[in-house]
Amino acid sequence: MIVLEKRPQPSQTWSMATPVVAVLATMFFGGVLFAALGKNPVEAIMTIFWEPLFGEFSFYYRPQLLIKGAPLVLIAIGLSLGFRAGIWNIGAEGQYIMGAIVGAGVGLAFYPLEAWYIFPLMVIGGALGGWIWAMIPAILKVRFGTNEILVSLMLVYVAEQMLASVSLGLLKNPEGYGFPGSRNLQSWDSAHNAELFVGSGMHWGVVTALIAVIFAYVLLNRHMLGFHIRLTGEAPRAAKFAGVNPARLILFCLGASGVLAGLAGLFEVAGPAGQITIDFNVGYGFTAIIVAFLGRLHPVGIVLAGGVMALTYIGGDIAQSNLGLPSAAIQVFQGMLLFFLLALDLLTNYRIRLASKEVA
Amino acid sequence: MKLTSLLATAALGLGLATAAVAADKTKVGFVYVGPVGDGGWTYEHDQGRKAVVAEFGDKVETVYVENVAEGPDSERVMTQMALDGADLIFTTSFGYMDPTINVAKKFPNVKFEHATGYKRADNVSTYSARFYEGRAVQGTIAGHMTKSNIVGYIGSFPIPEVIRGINSAFIHARKVNPDVEFKIVWAFTWFDPAKEADAAKVLIEQGADVILQHTDSTAPQAAAQAAGNVITFGQASDMSEYAPHPRVSSIIDDWAPYYIARTKAVMDGTWESKDTWDGIGAGMVGIGEISDAVPAEVKAEALAIKDALADGSYHAFTGPIKKQDGSDWLGDGETADDGTLAGMNFYVEGIEGDIPQ
Amino acid sequence: MDLSAINPVLLIASLMVAATPILLAAIGELVVEKAGVLNLGVEGMMIVGAISGFAITVESGSPWLGFLASAIGGALLSLLFVVLTQVALANQVASGLALTLFGLGLSSLMGQSYVGIKPPQMGKLDIPVLTDLPVIGPILFGHDPILYLGIALTAAVWALLKYTRVGLVLRAVGENHDAAHALGYKVVRIRIMAIMFGGACAGLGGAYISLIRVPQWTEGMTAGVGWIALALVVFASWKPWRALLGAYLFGGVTVVQLNLQAAGVAIPVEYLAMSPYLITIIVLVFLSRDKSGAPASLGRIFHATH
Repeated sequence: MIVLEKRPQPSQTWSMATPVVAVLATMFFGGVLFAALGKNPVEAIMTIFWEPLFGEFSFYYRPQLLIKGAPLVLIAIGLSLGFRAGIWNIGAEGQYIMGAIVGAGVGLAFYPLEAWYIFPLMVIGGALGGWIWAMIPAILKVRFGTNEILVSLMLVYVAEQMLASVSLGLLKNPEGYGFPGSRNLQSWDSAHNAELFVGSGMHWGVVTALIAVIFAYVLLNRHMLGFHIRLTGEAPRAAKFAGVNPARLILFCLGASGVLAGLAGLFEVAGPAGQITIDFNVGYGFTAIIVAFLGRLHPVGIVLAGGVMALTYIGGDIAQSNLGLPSAAIQVFQGMLLFFLLALDLLTNYRIRLASKEVA
Repeated sequence: MKLTSLLATAALGLGLATAAVAADKTKVGFVYVGPVGDGGWTYEHDQGRKAVVAEFGDKVETVYVENVAEGPDSERVMTQMALDGADLIFTTSFGYMDPTINVAKKFPNVKFEHATGYKRADNVSTYSARFYEGRAVQGTIAGHMTKSNIVGYIGSFPIPEVIRGINSAFIHARKVNPDVEFKIVWAFTWFDPAKEADAAKVLIEQGADVILQHTDSTAPQAAAQAAGNVITFGQASDMSEYAPHPRVSSIIDDWAPYYIARTKAVMDGTWESKDTWDGIGAGMVGIGEISDAVPAEVKAEALAIKDALADGSYHAFTGPIKKQDGSDWLGDGETADDGTLAGMNFYVEGIEGDIPQ
Repeated sequence: MDLSAINPVLLIASLMVAATPILLAAIGELVVEKAGVLNLGVEGMMIVGAISGFAITVESGSPWLGFLASAIGGALLSLLFVVLTQVALANQVASGLALTLFGLGLSSLMGQSYVGIKPPQMGKLDIPVLTDLPVIGPILFGHDPILYLGIALTAAVWALLKYTRVGLVLRAVGENHDAAHALGYKVVRIRIMAIMFGGACAGLGGAYISLIRVPQWTEGMTAGVGWIALALVVFASWKPWRALLGAYLFGGVTVVQLNLQAAGVAIPVEYLAMSPYLITIIVLVFLSRDKSGAPASLGRIFHATH
């Protein structure tokens, strides 16, 4: 009989090793899947993991990894703070949308003026949009004890309807021949979140994501608030004795994740996406939850996890086009990767023992 | 180290292999917004891709990526296809417009074809279908066939494309039946079969015995079949599994002739940037077989309109037509210009209700 | 505007149909959450159920077999969630999201050869006299059998939770798994059964969409119904009859909204579409004031430390 025994301390070795084992297991089972679909498994795995990083056109794909990974990391960092404290914001998708709507709305109010202060104002707008949307579950939780998982999730759908509404109404491009969607911010210098160096993929969102990672690292390791966050998550009773103010913590964690998600939305709409449209959101807010867990809620881990997720997206599209793999196969492949990463994390916190008989 | 260099060699070999193949084949890329299994919009574009393969065989290589989100993802996929040696890339959703233009700037030697947009460049063409011509045929049949004089219309989003279709169908239904009225519901989704089923049921319950749809699923067909005495028209694909009743005819998106012609043009070196807006005449809009549920004289009249639209002797928007508010739009015998049609944002006289803003 | 065009009898009858997939999935998730587990993978299990049921119906010609297959399909997929959360003790939120992603992909792979096929139909209840009664005939006696199954399941779950020992144990596990364990209940085993029941119900709900409500197979056709079901469980404050009521309300919003449009009433569609979610939030606020409702162990990981 197999028995799980909780380790007194999470295993350092396994926390490093499990992601590697998980990726290898995914490669194996993914290979089986691809072979079953009649594709060369080695070629398919190579295309997904190797091509974007070191392939012939990696000069193009590497910057794309930043573009695809930055919003994931930015959102996941914010979420990880709350997750560590046991505060579950799963509505980042909604905060991302609201950040984009408010940020783009602030900018478009100035159109067609060219001025240096427009983009900074948009950034503030984006942060504010995400913050307000996250404050709704935060305040309801503090004031009434309402479950923040469910409120933040519900608000995603409200935000999606708002997105459709402004795409067809308030923010619709007056010169767009009646099609839904706003003006394209890419063609308006004052509002464009352009690449800082051409072809580098570095835009303000990437920079902000890096700052957020460092900030989160310092906060968690060097700051009293970070200590309170960790303490609340790991030992709620001890936190109470240590004088942690739970209301303040909730407001901070949800607020911070809302601000970062809102910023991610703003940088996306002003940069790579360019415009508000009905289908503007592509699930970054939900994927970021997974990224946060894959990264073990650790800032550095999140960067790596965001990179891996971005890699499978980009490599997956290449595999579709080069090998004719259906996108569904890529989705299943990603699902497998998540399963293995989640399941194998067990080894970090538990020891597996063989026992002679069940003790219960 | 050893493994890395091994992998690198393999990758290099792979790259060379594809490059070698690309040299003597014309490579055509397709970027799809939905899954090829959506049975509607993307499905029909993929049928067009298959027709290209069938036509040119070994001389072409086609690649496609499905479920590509509009925005930066689509830009990356197009770039990737161009890098991989595509000679011609079809981008098949309105939302790909700006990304297509962006990528085209970086690859002046690659030809791009963007569906349903209005931005062009030296290496970017646009193409779209005059589905409203098909709506004229549908409207004629609908006007004759309705007994309750109520025609239900399921719209997706209130955009010019959809509004054009409503106007065209309405004008032709009124022409043959002055008492006909349209009930219009907006689903506010491109794709949600369950909601389309609800919309169809609602229209039927409110007395409609003809359902026109501008959404791609067969859900309304099934709802009509369950109701019994309601007729429908296939949309995007033929939906012949519901023929001969309730589906009495259909509008089919047939991209094959265009895709074949444009691929041929690239092969021959005669490709030029242009704006194509083809209808029944060029075969881009197909009218599915009119079933026996339609009386012979109605069928004949519908086919006559179809032929007149096809040979250009008749325009679906021929005056006199007034706008909904009663103001004049087209004078006697005047036909609508493409600019107005492209941005159509008003109903014609006789349609009740407002376009949601 | 012509409100008289709206026939209230037909409206109620069709909102019952619109509500059934949400209800089926929600009843399953309700049991799961009562056992203290939060499975956000409802959408994934629904769509796998939708294609499983569709494929088997087409192959066998029997919608009954199809519905059976959909329940099995949903339950099998939920086993993955079981492995992650009950065996490997992974976080339930992340596992549920991963399950949805996986289910959407898997269903598309399974369904590749079923696009554009019309499935055999399941007959509707047709009781002489009763079905022809005015008003109550179409509302009570004119539906397909699965709709009644949904209502029966609601009743069964209600009775199970309220009157049986199984229900008592299930609730105990959901309220305080450590205490339940100390009392000698098999926490993990009970949760596994609950999760699989939830998967089977979600599968049925998915198949209801692909076999009855639409009926056809297209990729991604559940279009977010699973998420609405999650909202519904909360809206119902984990009470089966309220889930039924809520399902009619949620399904009703869409049907009423379309009815108003067809009758020519100018309504802001987006705002109506977001109303179920806003209502759910308001309900949540009221619920949290009386501190009853949510199972206390919801979403928490259980590990027996002997």
